[in-house]
Amino acid sequence: MALYSEKVMDHFRNPRNVGVIEDADGIGEVGNAKCGDIMKIYLKIDNDIIEDVKFETFGCGSAIASSSMATEMIKGKPVSEALGLTNKAVTEALDGLPAHKLHCSVLAEEAIKAAMKDYYDKKGIEYDEELFAGVGACHMCESGHE
Amino acid sequence: MEIYADNAATTAVSPAVVEAMLPYFTDVYGNPSSLHTSGQKAKEALEDARARIAAQLNCLPNEITFTSGGTEADNQAILTIAHKGAKTGKKHIISTAFEHHAVLHTLEKLKKEGFEIELLDVHSTGVIDPQQVADAIREDTCLVTIMYVNNEIGTIQPIAEIGRICNEKKVIFHTDAVQAVGHVPVDVRRDNIDMLSISAHKFHGPKGIGVLYARRGILLENVIEGGAQERGKRPGTENLPAIMGMAKALEDANALLNDDIYAAQPELIAKRDRLIAGLEKIPHGELNGDRTRRVGGTVNFCFEAIEGESLLLLLDDKGIRASSGSACTSGSLDPSHVLLAIGRPHEVAHGSLRLSFDNSITNEEIDYMIKAVADTVDYLRNMSPVWRDLQQGKRSFVFPE
Ligand SMILES: Cc1ncc(COP(=O)(O)O)c(C=O)c1O
Repeated sequence: MALYSEKVMDHFRNPRNVGVIEDADGIGEVGNAKCGDIMKIYLKIDNDIIEDVKFETFGCGSAIASSSMATEMIKGKPVSEALGLTNKAVTEALDGLPAHKLHCSVLAEEAIKAAMKDYYDKKGIEYDEELFAGVGACHMCESGHE
Repeated sequence: MEIYADNAATTAVSPAVVEAMLPYFTDVYGNPSSLHTSGQKAKEALEDARARIAAQLNCLPNEITFTSGGTEADNQAILTIAHKGAKTGKKHIISTAFEHHAVLHTLEKLKKEGFEIELLDVHSTGVIDPQQVADAIREDTCLVTIMYVNNEIGTIQPIAEIGRICNEKKVIFHTDAVQAVGHVPVDVRRDNIDMLSISAHKFHGPKGIGVLYARRGILLENVIEGGAQERGKRPGTENLPAIMGMAKALEDANALLNDDIYAAQPELIAKRDRLIAGLEKIPHGELNGDRTRRVGGTVNFCFEAIEGESLLLLLDDKGIRASSGSACTSGSLDPSHVLLAIGRPHEVAHGSLRLSFDNSITNEEIDYMIKAVADTVDYLRNMSPVWRDLQQGKRSFVFPE
């Protein structure tokens, strides 16, 4: 059996939405170079719709594939819907990830949430802190960094 | 193009070795412990292989014990000496921080049994200074175990000098020579080695077979219990086809080597250096380990701002079978302990690449690998937020140029 599903390999080999948005409305970065994964998400939001989304990722095959899939899943969607994106949905859309790679899909969910939070903060939109609880913390390592 | 560049993980069994093994599956298949003709033929072959391997290592046939490979040989060597030492209150063991897990995990087990384990610094060169060993040996040191050649970065340790120091101080010296035997000329007498581990699949022999050499007078402790095979010290019916294959593979591998440890295969070394020179043109990357005190077939680099697994998978798409020390490929949360031991920071150790090969590689293949690695590193950097930060000065380079 191959390490990854066909879907993962497809998104890894041909990642969708790679790049930056210069005038992004929200930017989120999660992960840590020490752990070997960093994801950065750029959002362009208009009229409560995610008009455009781009990502940059430093990480393994499943990290790149998870970023690609997650961005594809929220592009063109209303903000409320994008906020509901779960790592489970990303994993399922990829036809599964090996157990020790599940954190990559968690990172993708969190990178999007972090970008959303940045958007709300920039726009001065009120939100429930609970929505973003734990986002950006490193789930791979027990220890804190630095 | 398909290039297998993962010889340090395992090698193809050579056709000549397969040929040497075949009769022992279907023709000479008796159990060497059986008294009948069939068994005695097998026994003869077994002892012939033992003598041939002993000749290659410059030791006596009865100093050779066949094991299931390098891991078992390492375990048995270390446990034997540690437990013997403990009987006279000697519970201090010296090793290095970048040993194979077969050694390190055995030492960790001993630590839980109350042994004191001292791991010597391997410096940024990945080569220890024999003086470190001399300085570390104490009254209660029972064992020094230091690998001959490192499996990830390919650096060669000054084994003969370390052995001489251990002999003088009357401390048993074991070396994990799994990556050395068949790659550099190993001679246990010249190198003052008391115990040494070998694995056949690293030099075009079969998997699951190895040797523990133990100098005459060292009584091995059993790791498993059973019958009388291998003087009762390594019971279980001998894997004769594999043993015959190992003997042939070792003779063939050593026939390609000259006497100089650091220049055992000049042609291969020229190809290695061509690869190193090519990969050094990639900015913000660096060779891991000493430039010249290394085997001919192993090259390991770290590249900034990329992660090793993605690099491996994309190289695989280009036909190159390589290896990396990133956390994702090591199956743990941390990148390779070897790269950390030579002082690479975590973020850089994740971006490592090991290419390992033998003299069958061509210069065209070397050039193809250089281009493929350069292109892939470039591609991955272009989607890396770390690379962007480095470019914008928000983060500083580990490797300035
Ligand atoms: C340095 C070193 N020691 C020990 C081993 C273990 O050998 P084996 O795979 O035969 O158990 C290996 C190879 O995996 C190795 O490279």
